[in-house]
Amino acid sequence: MDALIEKLKGQIIEQLNLVEVKPADIKPDAPLFGEGLGLDSIDALELIVLLEKHYGIKIQNPADGKKIFESVRTMAEFIKSNGKD
Amino acid sequence: MELIITSYCKIKRNTIYLEGNKIISSNSENPSYFFAEAYKTLELNYPKFHKMDMLSKLGFLATETLLSIPKAFGTEFLLRNNLNQISIILSNHSSSLDTDRIYQKSISNKDQYLPSPATFVYTLPNIVIGEIAIKHKITGENAFFVSEKFDAELLVNYTQELFKEANTNAAICGWVDYDDANYEAFIYLVEKATDSIKNANFKALNQTLLNQLFL
Amino acid sequence: MEIFTSYHHIISPLGFNSEENYSAVLANKLGVKKINFGKLNNLFCLSVFSEENLNTVSQEINNSHLFTKLEKLSIFSIQQVLNKSAVSLTDKKTLLIYSTTKGNIDLFENQLPNLISKKRMYLSTMANEIGNYFGAVNKPLVVSNACISGLLSIIIAKRFISSGQFDNVIVCGGDLVSEFTVSGFKSFNALSVNPCKPFDAKRDGINLGEAVATILITKNKNLKTNSSMNIVNGASANDANHISGPSRNADGLVQAIQNTLKNNSEIKIDFINAHGTATPYNDEMESVAFERAALSEIPANSFKGYYGHTLGAAGVLETILSIEAARHGQIIKSAGFETSGVSGKMNVVKEYKTQTINSILKTASGFGGCNAAALFVR
Repeated sequence: MDALIEKLKGQIIEQLNLVEVKPADIKPDAPLFGEGLGLDSIDALELIVLLEKHYGIKIQNPADGKKIFESVRTMAEFIKSNGKD
Repeated sequence: MELIITSYCKIKRNTIYLEGNKIISSNSENPSYFFAEAYKTLELNYPKFHKMDMLSKLGFLATETLLSIPKAFGTEFLLRNNLNQISIILSNHSSSLDTDRIYQKSISNKDQYLPSPATFVYTLPNIVIGEIAIKHKITGENAFFVSEKFDAELLVNYTQELFKEANTNAAICGWVDYDDANYEAFIYLVEKATDSIKNANFKALNQTLLNQLFL
Repeated sequence: MEIFTSYHHIISPLGFNSEENYSAVLANKLGVKKINFGKLNNLFCLSVFSEENLNTVSQEINNSHLFTKLEKLSIFSIQQVLNKSAVSLTDKKTLLIYSTTKGNIDLFENQLPNLISKKRMYLSTMANEIGNYFGAVNKPLVVSNACISGLLSIIIAKRFISSGQFDNVIVCGGDLVSEFTVSGFKSFNALSVNPCKPFDAKRDGINLGEAVATILITKNKNLKTNSSMNIVNGASANDANHISGPSRNADGLVQAIQNTLKNNSEIKIDFINAHGTATPYNDEMESVAFERAALSEIPANSFKGYYGHTLGAAGVLETILSIEAARHGQIIKSAGFETSGVSGKMNVVKEYKTQTINSILKTASGFGGCNAAALFVR
């Protein structure tokens, strides 16, 4: 799980062009949205693209994203539960 | 009503010029690196910059050179004008075609069909106006024109008409074009020639002057 | 100086001229239909031209093999307005403004026909080709300002006439339904697979549509028609909030409306033609703006339920339909609307109604945080 979390951090930084953010700045359990990273509605849609691009997971209902993208850990758990890590 | 150009900026061939003076120059042939270097040198501290497409980065850098660097005369531009009376009127030749090509790649293959919303949103040329507006909370008139060449007559006439309508007290105008690593930005600030901002350096807005400055 | 709308023309899947289009919306005909579209052959709800439609258009154009789909539709539409008005683009006081977001974007996907170069993807090259067909002496001007392009072009036309640079401006707006735009709006999760429902509680996204619409803006009194309306004022404004998300407090649209109505308080607005795309956030934002501008009681509609969102054509198309509605003294119901699903108070029209319309407020909003409004009076 930790390895997946680390990998995800790198992929998030790349997908969202967070050039000034380092992987260590993203805490596994911290909320991805709201504060900190300053992510917005387009970033939320880009995370859906990330899941499809790197893990082949299609999110049919974008409303599900809210739970999946709570934190890097919830993202990792979602990927695991889809057997796609 | 006399309109004057109170400051202007040019970006071309890895160099940023403020009012004709070279202020940033780079050896980098790659526009991405040059824009990133300029962002650092200007100390813009605006992480959203990295999310922009090349057209928006170019227009943003030119505008920030005018409005955000210490000592630039333009920094007072935002203080002496109401933000809801500043218009942003830009033009170019290539619209958003450079980013269109990047987006098209993401949908050209049926088996790797991954359209990116963050790229798609930049496939409109006026997004650069939005980025400039957001940075400084400028809410005045907008227009994005596409023409074969820089059209000074069009910009002068349109700007004059906007000022006559009274919702415009100042304007950020110019040309911002990015196409396949070729780029050019020329952005200038227009204000009314009032007593308080009379300055020998300011020049009356007209076609001849614009064409000279653009060259 | 009075500057007013004159002859106009619409070509869309609902009709080949303004009259056919007006009759179609009056008869509650929808251009939007469920079809499979694109490389992935997914189901969408779109309003698109048939091959038969396009063949008919090609037959009306000289050397039609030299032109792209959008150029042909545009030439066809502009030709009708030039014929009816006897205005010519060979006159140096006449300008062609072309309003579009994506122009010949379909050339990315389609095999390029012989004699058509990839350069036609440049909007100014496309506009020049159209202008050259009519021997235009002035280079056409392209306005590409997202979804407000059409309405903004009409406002810009008025300003150029008012400045004295031109006497007549032909404003032509056009956009196609393409793999490019369909996939892009889908990636934004903004498309509905059913006919869209502007301002309704069950709205769940836009439909895309293709159309070309042309209107002559002039100060020449000889060109007054029985549908002419004065363009009293118009304005644009930016939310300065987000590049794709509509402003929550609707500041930009309120500013555009207020600047348009400023100094015109004696004019009672009879009808509002809103943008009404049917995305949850856009329609919500508009409703907040109309309430804040104290326009809640005025009958309002959106034409997106009939045509889908025609992007660069929308502002021109919807202005033409609105002035036709005013000429006929009819209020066209807002297709797809049953129960309000917006928090701002609005009077969205559910049924066709006969009513005198002497003034229209038209609005539009788009990506990049842009908003526009214009006031037309008979």
